[in-house]
Amino acid sequence: MARTLSMKDAINEAIDQEMARDKTVIMMGEDIVGGAGAAGEDDAWGGVLGVSKGLYHKHPKQMIDTPLSESAYVGAAIGAATCGLRPIAELMFIDFMGVCLDQIYNQAAKFRYMFGGKAETPVVIRAMCGAGFRAAAQHSQMLTPIFTHIPGLKVVCPSNAYDTKGLLIQAIRDNDPVIFLEHKNLYASECDVPEEPYAIPFGEANIAREGSDVTIVAYGLMVPNSLAAAETLKKEGIDCEVIDLRTLSPIDMDTVIESVEETGRLVCVDEANPRCSIATDVSATVARDAFKALKAPIEMVTAPHTPVPFSPSLEDLYIPSPDRIAEAVRKTMGA
Amino acid sequence: MSNPFPLEKDGLLDAYRRMKTIREFEERLHVDFGRGDIPGFVHLYAGEEAAGVGIMMHLQDHDRIASTHRGHGHCIAKGVDVKAMMAEIYGKATGSCAGKGGSMHIADLSKGMMGANGILGAGAPLVCGAALAAQKLGHDGVGITFFGDGASNQGTVLESMNLAAIWNLPAIFVVENNGYAESTSVDYAVASDSYVDRATGFGMPGITVDGTDFFAVYEAAGEVIKRAREGAGPTLLECKMIRFFGHFEGDAQTYRAPGENEDNRKNRDCLKIFRAKVTEAGVLTDAELDAIDAEVLALIDEAVKEAKAAPLPGPAELTTDVYVAY
Repeated sequence: MARTLSMKDAINEAIDQEMARDKTVIMMGEDIVGGAGAAGEDDAWGGVLGVSKGLYHKHPKQMIDTPLSESAYVGAAIGAATCGLRPIAELMFIDFMGVCLDQIYNQAAKFRYMFGGKAETPVVIRAMCGAGFRAAAQHSQMLTPIFTHIPGLKVVCPSNAYDTKGLLIQAIRDNDPVIFLEHKNLYASECDVPEEPYAIPFGEANIAREGSDVTIVAYGLMVPNSLAAAETLKKEGIDCEVIDLRTLSPIDMDTVIESVEETGRLVCVDEANPRCSIATDVSATVARDAFKALKAPIEMVTAPHTPVPFSPSLEDLYIPSPDRIAEAVRKTMGA
Repeated sequence: MSNPFPLEKDGLLDAYRRMKTIREFEERLHVDFGRGDIPGFVHLYAGEEAAGVGIMMHLQDHDRIASTHRGHGHCIAKGVDVKAMMAEIYGKATGSCAGKGGSMHIADLSKGMMGANGILGAGAPLVCGAALAAQKLGHDGVGITFFGDGASNQGTVLESMNLAAIWNLPAIFVVENNGYAESTSVDYAVASDSYVDRATGFGMPGITVDGTDFFAVYEAAGEVIKRAREGAGPTLLECKMIRFFGHFEGDAQTYRAPGENEDNRKNRDCLKIFRAKVTEAGVLTDAELDAIDAEVLALIDEAVKEAKAAPLPGPAELTTDVYVAY
């Protein structure tokens, strides 16, 4: 039965249901329970934004608070994944990858290939991503391109609560390491979410809005921003198709190509910095595989090639806005 | 004559066979690499055999180890197939990792060998995970990470020691102190005088043993592994040992004192020390050990011969065993 749920609660429910189904699913991270060893309440925080609140009381043996040692506990999650557990490591903010990246990209990502197919590493690394939270340069980044570049990792960045639940369940059941990125500015966004567990396969984009004039490709927070742009453009008589990639590795280029072959126009929207980004990747692939279908140059709407600024006036300029997306669409229409 | 050793005759022969296999494997690689038969680069464990074997004699397949760039000895001691290892080092399809790993990444999870590792100190968090899995799955397996005096300065190792201590994990941190981080002396690079002090700093026991003495290692390892299995938590075990070769093959070793290698070979060879002890005690004879020497030599000959004759991985293997997005 469907009812309305926020993305934050959808994450909690997905983990809860998977932990109940499979006792080898554990989660570890900093303050995911909260108050460990302290005199006050147990389950004091449930994560810095309360995403995992309540899970400790339901699954006390599966929820483990860690010291502030990302290398050690992310590595431990990876090691445990090769030894019969299905751990979720919460990295809090993806910006912290810098202190534990070796364990992710040199260890987890490579085991299966480097050991000749004899290792499975079913680990999920969950983290908040994205700007708009006034969290400044080291707590706001969209680092999807870095992980997408690395063979052996799967990369997920959902745009709504429904997809989040299904993709997180798939991530937990997947036998490869998955980087699961949750846009913190979408945590409160709500939509209908079925109560029963369900998995959404990786590598299947969702057509969030059908349209015939222009294809907009986006993921994460850029999906609602693109949909908002599409509503504005509708009033101008421009009919946009919005494709939500949902997973960046694997990536569903077939759906993108099919759409561009219908519309003949492409706008790639990416909250990441512009160089070597998802936007450039999708653009290059479309330019190669659907060049003849293009009626106008491909447009890209991305963050500037700068760190994320703190001041709200600057941060609002940093994030690709519905206005900038709409402007790019108009450009492809020759307006 | 009575047996003064903690192992019966069969156990002693097994230990000697493992050590001798490692020695012969590495000595052969030294020669074959020098001749240009082997791609890439190799780091040899010769001289350090007593440490790896002294520890691994206590382990079973459900005990997990994470090794280092100098991992051949750990693999052999843990029971990884020697012929498959040789084929892997030659980059062949029949190798332990189908030719996709090479010398620095030999792994066999079915034997509890979580992989040699090209990243210094990277195994420490991984064995914390193995130890946590043992705890959660309710078996008595332990996780042992090996690292050198060089990698002992990596943050991953220190973070992992803290994690193992607070979670009371059945994890063992083995410092293989051969005196050199690549070319840099331990006296220069390690701030504390004693690894035991470092262990104390993390609230865990630390033990230092003479890593050239198989029996000293065997005895100490037995204690710390028993301690871990019984739920008493992690330990640091420092084995002071000798690296017979350079950091990598081709290392001219100009950082060593004159005569250092010769002196090590003559006076601190763990195989010679083992042989002297067991023969002088009258528990094993030179003839029995010589017979093992001959068998090991034949095995290595065969392993090299088979590795050389084995097929290279086919082109299709380039894109298997990984999700390929394009």
